[in-house]
Amino acid sequence: MINFNEVSKVYTRGARPALDEVTVAIERGDFVFLVGASGSGKSTFLKLVLREERPTSGRIHVAGRDLGRLASWRVPLLRREIGAVFQDFRLLPNKNVFQNVAFALQVIGKNRRYIDSSVPEILDLVGLGGKEKRLPHELSGGEQQRVAIARAFVNRPPILLCDEPTGNLDPGTSVGIMKLLDRINRTGTTVLMATHDDLIVDQMRKRVIELREGRVVRDQLQGVYGLEPA
Amino acid sequence: MRLRFIITEVFQGLRRNTTMAFSVIIVTLVSLAFVGAAALLQTQVGKLKDDWYDKVEVSIFLCPNVSVFAQCKAGPVTDAQQEEIIRVLETGALGDIVEQVYPESKEEAWENLLKRDPDGFFAQQLTADDMQPSLRVKLKDPEQFALVADAVGELDGVEHVFDQREVFDTLFQILNRATLLAAALAVVMLLAAMLLITTTIRLSALSRRRETTIMRMVGSSKTLIQLPFMLEGVIAATTGAVLSIIGLWLTVRYLVQDWLVTSNLNWVDYIDQGDVLAVAPWLILIALGLSAVSSLVTLGRYTSA
Repeated sequence: MINFNEVSKVYTRGARPALDEVTVAIERGDFVFLVGASGSGKSTFLKLVLREERPTSGRIHVAGRDLGRLASWRVPLLRREIGAVFQDFRLLPNKNVFQNVAFALQVIGKNRRYIDSSVPEILDLVGLGGKEKRLPHELSGGEQQRVAIARAFVNRPPILLCDEPTGNLDPGTSVGIMKLLDRINRTGTTVLMATHDDLIVDQMRKRVIELREGRVVRDQLQGVYGLEPA
Repeated sequence: MRLRFIITEVFQGLRRNTTMAFSVIIVTLVSLAFVGAAALLQTQVGKLKDDWYDKVEVSIFLCPNVSVFAQCKAGPVTDAQQEEIIRVLETGALGDIVEQVYPESKEEAWENLLKRDPDGFFAQQLTADDMQPSLRVKLKDPEQFALVADAVGELDGVEHVFDQREVFDTLFQILNRATLLAAALAVVMLLAAMLLITTTIRLSALSRRRETTIMRMVGSSKTLIQLPFMLEGVIAATTGAVLSIIGLWLTVRYLVQDWLVTSNLNWVDYIDQGDVLAVAPWLILIALGLSAVSSLVTLGRYTSA
């Protein structure tokens, strides 16, 4: 689903590369934690998958597309296959829950009938049924993140990228979010989650890819956050 | 769905940015009014030329009994000299340019003078003998005056050659300079309009950065992301253009048609509302081009990754 083949990314010439010869294969239906300290290259990895950045060298395949040969007008089509969830939720404050999720469908040209049927369905899935009319500021942090996940997943993308989705949440709420991501993963969706949250990684026992200074130092099935104290 | 989305976005954007939208409207209104004024002035100059150049003639004044000009030292023009001049005018190279030659004798000139002003100073003091014979030459193309002047100016019996167009040249010069001034002001104002549209689009894009970020993330097309901003600029600029057309129309209607045409300057042909409508599409096009260019230079930077 996501293939990196000796991918390097150098932002400023001469500086240490943000990613250094990274080779990773993530299969359809995988649940993968991307861990590592700040500056280890996690964000760069996610940006390369979304094609917000382009690699300095190496090849990247995402959802069957060779990103090096992807025409820029087709980038939106790539992004429709990837849902993205962020630490800061990125909800529109003046739109209610339903409108926030519907927005993602409106702007890729879905019709009203489709929106009216799929938005309530996804809100039920994330556990927000009955809260369609609430505005983001009327929700708890965990609920806001559920809205963001609903928005990312409403179009049923085969890949879900999560950048520190529990970074702003307390541990109890985080567990709920992780259960939700696990449920989404069980529908066959590939989930790639960058995180600092060692408790969660240790609990979930999923595949762990650890980056350090832009290199993959560990790629372990059913791993934990850190083998050695960080 | 997409269309409705774009329309709501555009009007939300314009509402959020009302002051900027108004300033864009005003600046385009003023700048395009100058562009339109320049175009209308030139139309007026054209009309005057069409109108008057049909009537103007070249006058070849022939040597009178007494002349201060050196080439008339030999005395008044003889019949043979006059025939030679007419021959030059009607044959050879000049034959193609000259439409007709009307000889005017001293006596005819005297009668014309008496007809124009029978009780004036000249009619009281002069006699037919003081008048000057001349040849009135009508040209197919009045712009060819110099050729005639060159060909006959040095012939025996010619005192001097006078182009009636000289009378109008001052007026045309004034109108042409007014056009130039209007055009220069228009250029400055258009530049201001462009900068203002650029700023407006930029502010609008920045104030909706949250939306555009999400749109990019979920795979919205570039067109859908950028179009609302472009349309905001286009709508504001076009509104300015339409207002400037209305302004020009009213000016021509009330200042030119209602006032100048009924004044004692009514012997010339003036521009009318039809001329404003002929300029109108160009003004709209300029407004569209202006906002398109502004969007292109701005949007790439503020809505992409």
